[in-house]
Amino acid sequence: MDKKQEKQKDAGKVLIEELNQDEKESATHKRSFWNVITIPLLAILSGLIIGAFLIAATSTSVYTAFGQSFGKGITTAFSEIGSAYAALFTGSIGDPVRIFNALFSGDKEQIYKAINPFLESLVQATPYIFAGLAVALAFRAGLFNIGVEGQLFIGAACATFVGYAVKGLPVYIHMPLAFIAGGLGGALWGFIPGFLKATTGGHEVINTIMMNYIAFRLTEWLLSGPMTRPGSGGMPISPLIEESAQIPQFFPSPIRFHLGFFFALGFAWLIWWLLFKTKWGLNMRTVGTNPRAAKYAGLSVVKTTMIGMAISGALAGLAGAIQILAVNRSMALGLSSGYGFDSIALTLIGNNHPVGVVLASILFGTLRNGATRMMVVSRIPIDIVDVLQAIILMLVAAPAIIRTIYRLKEPKQEETTVFVSGWGGGQ
Amino acid sequence: MSTSTQAIKHERIYEVSPTRKLVMGIIEIIIGAFIFIVFVRTVSGAAKTTFVMTPGGINIGQAGNWILPTQLTLIILAALALIIGAYQLIKGFGRATNALVGLCGLFLVFSFLTWQTADQSLNLAGMLTSAVLLAVPITLGAFSGLLSERAGVINIAIEGLMLMASMVGALIGSITQNAWIGLLGGIFASVLLAGIHAVLSIKYRINQVISGTVINIFAAGMTAFLSQKFLQTNQALNSPPLFPRIPIPGLAYIPVIGPIFFNTNIFVYIMFILLIIIQVALFATRWGLRLRSVGEHPKAADTLGIKVAPTRYMAVLLSGVVAGIGGSFFTLGSVGRFEEGITAGKGFIGLAAMIFGNWTPIGSLGAGFLFGFADAIGSKLSLLGSNIPAQFMGMTPYLITMIVLAGFIGKGQAPAADGEPYEKE
Repeated sequence: MDKKQEKQKDAGKVLIEELNQDEKESATHKRSFWNVITIPLLAILSGLIIGAFLIAATSTSVYTAFGQSFGKGITTAFSEIGSAYAALFTGSIGDPVRIFNALFSGDKEQIYKAINPFLESLVQATPYIFAGLAVALAFRAGLFNIGVEGQLFIGAACATFVGYAVKGLPVYIHMPLAFIAGGLGGALWGFIPGFLKATTGGHEVINTIMMNYIAFRLTEWLLSGPMTRPGSGGMPISPLIEESAQIPQFFPSPIRFHLGFFFALGFAWLIWWLLFKTKWGLNMRTVGTNPRAAKYAGLSVVKTTMIGMAISGALAGLAGAIQILAVNRSMALGLSSGYGFDSIALTLIGNNHPVGVVLASILFGTLRNGATRMMVVSRIPIDIVDVLQAIILMLVAAPAIIRTIYRLKEPKQEETTVFVSGWGGGQ
Repeated sequence: MSTSTQAIKHERIYEVSPTRKLVMGIIEIIIGAFIFIVFVRTVSGAAKTTFVMTPGGINIGQAGNWILPTQLTLIILAALALIIGAYQLIKGFGRATNALVGLCGLFLVFSFLTWQTADQSLNLAGMLTSAVLLAVPITLGAFSGLLSERAGVINIAIEGLMLMASMVGALIGSITQNAWIGLLGGIFASVLLAGIHAVLSIKYRINQVISGTVINIFAAGMTAFLSQKFLQTNQALNSPPLFPRIPIPGLAYIPVIGPIFFNTNIFVYIMFILLIIIQVALFATRWGLRLRSVGEHPKAADTLGIKVAPTRYMAVLLSGVVAGIGGSFFTLGSVGRFEEGITAGKGFIGLAAMIFGNWTPIGSLGAGFLFGFADAIGSKLSLLGSNIPAQFMGMTPYLITMIVLAGFIGKGQAPAADGEPYEKE
């Protein structure tokens, strides 16, 4: 009896401490804003600088120029880097001259076309927001969800199925239905590793990765078997979804900017509210930061793990659903350009906070969109984006490196928002 | 010194919790029942299964075909699994629990093959040969993880290390037209990346799982970038020489075993040599004792004068060497050219094999073989005209990994300080 009371006392203490901490956080919020944002900004800058070296070092024309003379080599290197990054900019944000001219001419169509690169970056950012929120929520619960990619595929497959197989519904029912189906599919795919972790201790890092590979095989089978498009000749592609399931785009083709972007922002707000303004979110974060204390406080680590992974999976599934319903309109195997790992990087760059996730997603969407143009103009493989992302992530994860390079002051206390346990621990 | 060696050795208690004992027993019973219900009853009593015991293209160490009565074989296997399960439930196998569940898994796989091959013939020896080859990267990945994790550094970067090694191995091998130099290049690239992982997780003490993820993203991006930039546009840069098959005099002539183990790729021999080296080095030398003590209790090790950080650096770099060999296997030992994502998760499966193998070299090898076997079946089964879609067979290694993890991970199995950065006070 005594012990029980003691435990409850401890639990109270923990929760109160946690609450106090939150208040402190919000009190110092304005002051710490720059502290929070300096490291990511410098990391992005450093990433772009290293990327520039990579572009120059892998360009054959730079080597031939160096063969002629050193000065020529340097100028060629800079012009290569310049044209590549110019393409990155115009491809992702727009050509300033063109935008200015379009605005000046006042022609609506011209304006749309001129700002399309920017809108397209937002289109690219949309699935990243969902995927990033998925990773962030899991991190907050002390879980490392590397399975976003698989959950996204399953979510997309479910959304696609509801999108084409259900017919004759009005748009305000069919579209949400398909969207929710995507979320449910992802939730199931996330729940399984969560369940395994909670009940058997099988680490979610390995299990989610295995679930990724299973999801790829499963969707490949679905798309070339039961869900294949009639007359596709065995190509793994699904039928087009019904018009009533489509999430509307705002402008005429080829501008793909769609309502889903605002869905994403809405979900970012929702997750922020859930995590920071509800008791449920507090419990979840307590489990994530200190499972032992949470256990004493009478919180169920098992339940939180399962629910956390399921919601995380649902968000990932929505990322796939939104891409199908708003952009692709049918499912093929090339659905994802590696959202799974990208979302881990962007979540950490966004400091594990929904607002940070939205900002980092827009950055990543912009990079990827711009890189497509860079590939066309400068023949630089789009995968350079992955390299940049890895470097940025590394620098954000190890802020001490940035501080050494840029001679910043050490903070009094290193703030950690990620608590991922090793194989055996955590429970 | 010898007394302390023993002290640490005996500290690892192979305790099997009652629930685990129960669950493992039930799994074994289910396997037995499954073989009986699904396989035995759907096969006619007169059916015969023919296993060809000589792999194709071999002219030494030939063996006659095995012709088995299908139903009887299945009944025996089912009965064995049931007996093992019953014994496990009643008395328990103690430390051998994992090995016996693995054995039952093998029974399941073998009976599946026997059942699929009823009234047909299958080149079992050929399948086993490819299973051993498929096990190579998984086992080497497991060894790589083992070295690093025994010193207390979680290494989920193995996938990335292997990917990088396979590309660099192909590139250097193509340029020099020498597989050995290619292998060295692959190892070098892998060690370099492992060094980054080491610095991030030991010096900067960032979360080791995240540090590993950084390496994985970097390796995936960098290999894709470089291969599109150079390897795909210039095929001469992507045609490394393959290591030839080397028969070992004498041993290669043993029927069945000879062609599978002793007339094969050099990587298989490297795998076995590494098994012995790692086993001896970790468990029978002072060096290994120090490495393990850093992984179990870095503070105590530090107090005794063992330098924690340098020991961990060394372990992670050695882990990089082994992952580099495993990665080079793809391009220099098996496929003969680099493709994007060629490792296909083998590094991660290797980690699972390490966990399955209880962080021991011999266990890792056994788990690696099991996964390799599952993989081999997936690729060979379509030849038998099986009506199971190829994609489902392709899922089996991943499914098995998950099932195995669910059953085998537990407290007190991993090195105690695995994943924890050490800060000197």
